[in-house]
Amino acid sequence: MNILVCISSVPDTTSPINFTDNNQSFDKNGITFIINPYDEFCLTKAIFIKEKQSATITVLNVGDNTNDSVLRKALAIGADNAVRINQKAENSEIVAKCIVEYCQDKNFDIIFCGRESIDYNGGKVPGFIAEKLNLPFINGCVGLDIKSAVMELKREIDNGHEVCESSFPAVIAGQKGLVEEKDLRIPSMRGIMSARTKSLEVIESAITLEKSIKIIHYEKPIQRSECKMINEDNVEELVDLLNNEAKVI
Amino acid sequence: MSVLAIIENWEGEFKKTSFEVLHYGKKISNEIGKEFIAITFGANNPESLEGYGASKIINISNLKFETTTNNNLAKISAELISENASSHIIISNTITGKTIAPLLSSNLNCGLISNAIEHPQTNNPLTVKCKGFSSKAHVTYASENEKNIISILPNSIGFSEKNDKKSEVLNIDKQIDIANEKLRIVQREKAKGKISLADAEIVISAGRGLKDPDNWGMVEELADLLNAGTACSKPVSDMGWRPHSEHVGQTGLAINPDLYIAIGISGAIQHLAGVNGSKNIVVINIDPEAPFFKAANYGIIGDAFVVVPKLIAALKKFKN
Ligand SMILES: Cc1cc2nc3c(=O)[nH]c(=O)nc-3n(C[C@H](O)[C@H](O)[C@H](O)COP(=O)(O)OP(=O)(O)OC[C@H]3O[C@@H](n4cnc5c(N)ncnc54)[C@H](O)[C@@H]3O)c2cc1C
Ligand SMILES: Nc1ncnc2c1ncn2[C@@H]1O[C@H](COP(=O)(O)O)[C@@H](O)[C@H]1O
Repeated sequence: MNILVCISSVPDTTSPINFTDNNQSFDKNGITFIINPYDEFCLTKAIFIKEKQSATITVLNVGDNTNDSVLRKALAIGADNAVRINQKAENSEIVAKCIVEYCQDKNFDIIFCGRESIDYNGGKVPGFIAEKLNLPFINGCVGLDIKSAVMELKREIDNGHEVCESSFPAVIAGQKGLVEEKDLRIPSMRGIMSARTKSLEVIESAITLEKSIKIIHYEKPIQRSECKMINEDNVEELVDLLNNEAKVI
Repeated sequence: MSVLAIIENWEGEFKKTSFEVLHYGKKISNEIGKEFIAITFGANNPESLEGYGASKIINISNLKFETTTNNNLAKISAELISENASSHIIISNTITGKTIAPLLSSNLNCGLISNAIEHPQTNNPLTVKCKGFSSKAHVTYASENEKNIISILPNSIGFSEKNDKKSEVLNIDKQIDIANEKLRIVQREKAKGKISLADAEIVISAGRGLKDPDNWGMVEELADLLNAGTACSKPVSDMGWRPHSEHVGQTGLAINPDLYIAIGISGAIQHLAGVNGSKNIVVINIDPEAPFFKAANYGIIGDAFVVVPKLIAALKKFKN
């Protein structure tokens, strides 16, 4: 089994989100970057597959060299090799184009992506790749079972679950459920040491877009007004406020 | 040229988000003076979309949302979009919408702006404000493409009133090549909860403060009373107290109901990331220092096991 896991590097979930440049740039100052949490579930699932039957796991990022640390971490967790396509990665369209080009001659059986990046929440890259490579797309995947020639997948839908069957190769956009939280691996000392000897290939990219989507402005949502405290012996007041003030019940 | 909306339904019945999408498309079509077309699949009653601004309603009557793969829904939608030369394509950011939108965008070679929370600021070039950074920021995008898909965050736009304008309703069939299908839907299971979390206008959520999965009876009772969906914090679903589908937050579902009631949840930044978009937040927590109070509209400091039964009683009285 030849598995690709696409990894995006995102601000740690506790990072303060600030903007500079007259609210036109995201302020990276003081931010720790981590493997996008959804991608980590996918990577762990790939490792499970490898442990059960043999597999080669490649992790891929499109970005500049500040992303090498998340790729190194993915290697320490258990990926076999890492590739970074050197690009400014300004939007999902260009990222997807780079990944598609990379995949053309690699014969991956499974292309894993996270359901969305927790920074821009676009959820675009996996669908873009699936369509361009003309592959089945399983979004919001919460379960994967390999059955020789096909795989059985479970995905979350708005009011329930869907079970589907796909041939190889396919693009899977995963989330928690593929593996559980407790299954996530913390890199061991041995993992970190062996990651140093694994390859991190850097591919230069000359891909450009004719037309793109640009960010023109960032802003923080308006803060909620002061919280109104209600005495626990007077819950009727809350019911009244929800009815007459908030008008939600 | 046209504006085209893809209208989702569940088992043939339209949802609240269906009408939100129509409202959004209608406004753009008025502004740019182009025809507004709505397409849907397997609707029981496509005529019920009349009066919401679309002059033409196309129902692909032989295919259903539930039994057609997203790959195929996207393929057929792409054909219809091309036939109608649509420049603005509107879809709801439900799971189906989120899945179809990038497939369509790639197929049609057009722009995709996802998570829109407002009407476009300008239609040409298209600029739209969207949710970003898990609700910690808003991001305004401008597209250089002439043709764009906008996926809108459910429950963030609102609706327009129905009028009595008639539309042309077309029921057509589209063939898909099932024999060579690489992907096949085996079955679909509806979640047990009566209200889908994604559609719920009111959500009752509880955290580790409830101490035991057996204590969820009062949460469900409160949800029943308010016709609400139920949610939980991440540790609660990690411990298997509640199903994963109820997990909200940075790594779970992001929701933006009109009312979110958080019971025994501390309000960690990762939890807030999924619920901050809620229009009103009520927090019930025993600890006056719980961070969630800083992100709430209304708060009660107290023991959930005392406060929630009182709230249930007060609501029952109110409903009578
Ligand atoms: C990468 C990452 C991603 C994460 N993603 C998410 C996510 O998506 N969603 C999420 O929820 N969390 C997420 N977390 C976890 C998050 O940081 C918190 O640990 C979690 O939200 C805490 O859950 P809780 O509030 O239920 O539990 P606790 O933090 O244990 O809080 C319990 C609360 O209950 C109150 N309480 C106790 N007894 C009572 C009582 N009798 N009556 C009333 N109140 C009572 C306490 O005062 C306390 O405030 C993530 C963490 C990380 C590191
Ligand atoms: N720069 C990137 N490099 C590699 N993979 C990416 C990159 N950006 C996004 N992805 C993948 O696409 C998924 C969805 O991201 P997005 O479409 O940006 O929300 C992520 O979880 C990753 O798996």
